[in-house]
Amino acid sequence: MQNKTISKQRKAYIALMRGLMGISIVLTCALVLFLIGYVLAKGIPNISWELLSTAPSYLSDRIGILPDILNTVYIIFTTLLIVLPLGVGAAIYLTEYAKNKKVVAVIEYAAETLSGIPSIIYGLVGMLIFFQLFGMQTSLLAGSLTLAIMNLPTVMRTTQESLKTVPQSYREGAFGLGAGKWRVIRTVVLPGCIDGVITGCILSIGRILGESAALLFTAGFAHSLNGFFEGLQSSGATLTVALYVYAKENGEFEVAFAIAAILMVLTVFINLSATLVGKYFKNRRNI
Amino acid sequence: MKKIISFLLIAVFAVSTLAGCSSQAGGSVSTDGSTSMESVIGALGEAFENENSGVKFTYNPTGSGSGITAVAAGRCDIGLSSRALKDEEKANGLTETVLAYDGIAIVVNPENPVSDLDLETIAKIYTGQITNWSEVGGNDGEIVLIGREAGSGTRDGFESITGTEDACKYRQELTATGDVITTVSSNPNAIGYASLASVKDTVKAISVGGVVPTEETVKDGSYAVQRPFVLVTKTDTKLSEVAQKFFDFALSTEANDIITGAGVVPAN
Amino acid sequence: MKNRKQLLETIIHGIFLVLGLITVGCVLIISIYLVISGIPAIREIGLVDFLFGKKWASTAAEPSYGILPFILTSVYGTAGAIVIGVPIGFMTAVYLAKLANPKVKSVVQGAVSLLAGIPSVVYGLVGMLTLVPAIRILFHVPDGASLLAAIIVLAVMILPSIINVSMTALEAVPKEYEDASLALGATPVETYFRVSVPAAKSGIAAAVVLGVGRAIGEAMAIMMVAGNAPNMPSLFQSVRFLTTAVSSEMSYAADGSLQKQALFSIALVLFLFIMLINATLNFFLKRSKEN
Repeated sequence: MQNKTISKQRKAYIALMRGLMGISIVLTCALVLFLIGYVLAKGIPNISWELLSTAPSYLSDRIGILPDILNTVYIIFTTLLIVLPLGVGAAIYLTEYAKNKKVVAVIEYAAETLSGIPSIIYGLVGMLIFFQLFGMQTSLLAGSLTLAIMNLPTVMRTTQESLKTVPQSYREGAFGLGAGKWRVIRTVVLPGCIDGVITGCILSIGRILGESAALLFTAGFAHSLNGFFEGLQSSGATLTVALYVYAKENGEFEVAFAIAAILMVLTVFINLSATLVGKYFKNRRNI
Repeated sequence: MKKIISFLLIAVFAVSTLAGCSSQAGGSVSTDGSTSMESVIGALGEAFENENSGVKFTYNPTGSGSGITAVAAGRCDIGLSSRALKDEEKANGLTETVLAYDGIAIVVNPENPVSDLDLETIAKIYTGQITNWSEVGGNDGEIVLIGREAGSGTRDGFESITGTEDACKYRQELTATGDVITTVSSNPNAIGYASLASVKDTVKAISVGGVVPTEETVKDGSYAVQRPFVLVTKTDTKLSEVAQKFFDFALSTEANDIITGAGVVPAN
Repeated sequence: MKNRKQLLETIIHGIFLVLGLITVGCVLIISIYLVISGIPAIREIGLVDFLFGKKWASTAAEPSYGILPFILTSVYGTAGAIVIGVPIGFMTAVYLAKLANPKVKSVVQGAVSLLAGIPSVVYGLVGMLTLVPAIRILFHVPDGASLLAAIIVLAVMILPSIINVSMTALEAVPKEYEDASLALGATPVETYFRVSVPAAKSGIAAAVVLGVGRAIGEAMAIMMVAGNAPNMPSLFQSVRFLTTAVSSEMSYAADGSLQKQALFSIALVLFLFIMLINATLNFFLKRSKEN
């Protein structure tokens, strides 16, 4: 019915816009499919149990990525251990304590600035601060500390969002019963922000998994098999750094693609769990 | 939440104790430096670990300059450099010990018919006086110069031997040996240089002035493009017991087979 | 009893205050450290020679430290990525936010967030093995590792941020605006582009700025495809960005040398760019919130 009244010019405009949108969406999807297909096709045939379960050996000319997998686990664990108290604490301060609007604005601006700083700068400053100031050497711990600063804004933001959804009436109720502020936070506020903390963890894990530039200069790229505490003090490559090293330094593309395929699968897994966690808590809240 | 944390804790400790089995206390040796020395130092370290159970050997492939810095700053026991130390570095209290000699292979794509160039021609190619492969008996095609980044031991060695310091007109400056080989293998008109020990069959190492780069020609010095692999230590600080043990092991005759196996020529 | 309780509350308040200020502390430490380590080399080289020098030869017998090639490469590379990435991302965002049915929307959104989660080295790896040879063959140039390759990789990498941020902005446009336009006889497509998009323009601008920030700060992926020679930028030449200039020579430069200090100065310049972009981003985000 409308069509009759639409001029040719308008029709052309609509067709053009529709066409452009179509092209864009097809391009985007094709790109994702190509990337997934290419990496998986090249990577999966090279994944073997031997690759996953051994350390590399020069004498027998074998490549194994077990140390890199362990390093990745260590670094994720340590980073979260450092960043969670800091991020959650900062978020609690912002939503529960801070009364001065200017202070809040400054802190939030700082957090946004932190999230905008590229990882290469983190790597560089991490190297400067942790080596020169604290006399550390390239180690997983130095890497974790750097990554903790990097992920601070993420954890802070997700926790803050979930704190905002804790109804004010809960707090007032608890105060009314005579509870002190700290007690209210412990018993009412903290349990309310679990979903934010978990989402923050998942997002941070994703970012840590994919990080390379910040780790090259701080955590180094050794492939030695270590226990947890020993590993923290020695240099080690995470999977992503190992991928870079194998592709660039050694030209071992089979291994590189195998790692890329593993990372790709992990990324899908992390995205899915982030969505699921979000949905789960949303549903629970609505009940 | 507590459950999740304690579960995570348990998981990590379980994993770490499992992995920790292989490395009881017994001292550690840390090395840091040249990426070109990866295969030789990796093999030496592994053999050393096998012989001395409980000893931990680490190698951090960061680059010659970085390795020298690291040993000077005490961040590692032994620095690895694929170039001789500069005078000012020696003046800063560092000592060099030559571990082995390595040829720098001039590599081209396997499709390239050119298989021999003399030093002078190589210098002309790298300084941009010769720009087409047809000028040196190859197919018609612009020569693509692949080099290493400033500070690389391989680049230092190559440029000083060919007399092309600061004059190379690189098309690409890559940060690693493997990268050079990959790039040359994927471009039919590329030429690059890389440690002989790392050369694979995806590229062709050409002869220089008629001399094919092999262990023998590197050893007798007839292959001109070569450089030392150096262990860097502090002059006035004693190595730890284990580190000294590794140092002696690396320079012993029994290590020669391992060094040769990694494709370079032992110094002793 | 009461006093003790109050004391406890005060202490805890103090602890949280410190935690809250940690982000501010981090930003300050990062800025101070970069400035302190970046200034000496600039002093020695001279600000003008450093920023506008056209030649970078850090290890030459007579070293010269001009970073104009890196600055221009970063600017051109980012601009190129924006020119390619923004239209595609924007159009996709409009389609997803307004026209797509829920099923298509959730699938494509999943795909886009996957794109955002892929590590940058994977982009570099795929680019190095597919894009670089493709450029060499398609454009008959001697070597494919070039500014163009970097631009394409960057465009792909900023796509997810542009799509996500624009979508959020478009979805926040009040439905009444659109209903009014539709009631006046505009078709849906016209409504979306002539009413919704202008209403969401601050958010979309924020998306573009965010993309700029991402592109200018990326290091690993472009290190693998750009060739890294310190040339003045040109589409088919191998080039070096600010980020790759820092990372490629960092591991080889000797401590305390002018070369290493100059690398820190490059990082400082990069940092200043980023701060500028952050400020712009904040401006647009604030405006989009106010709307």
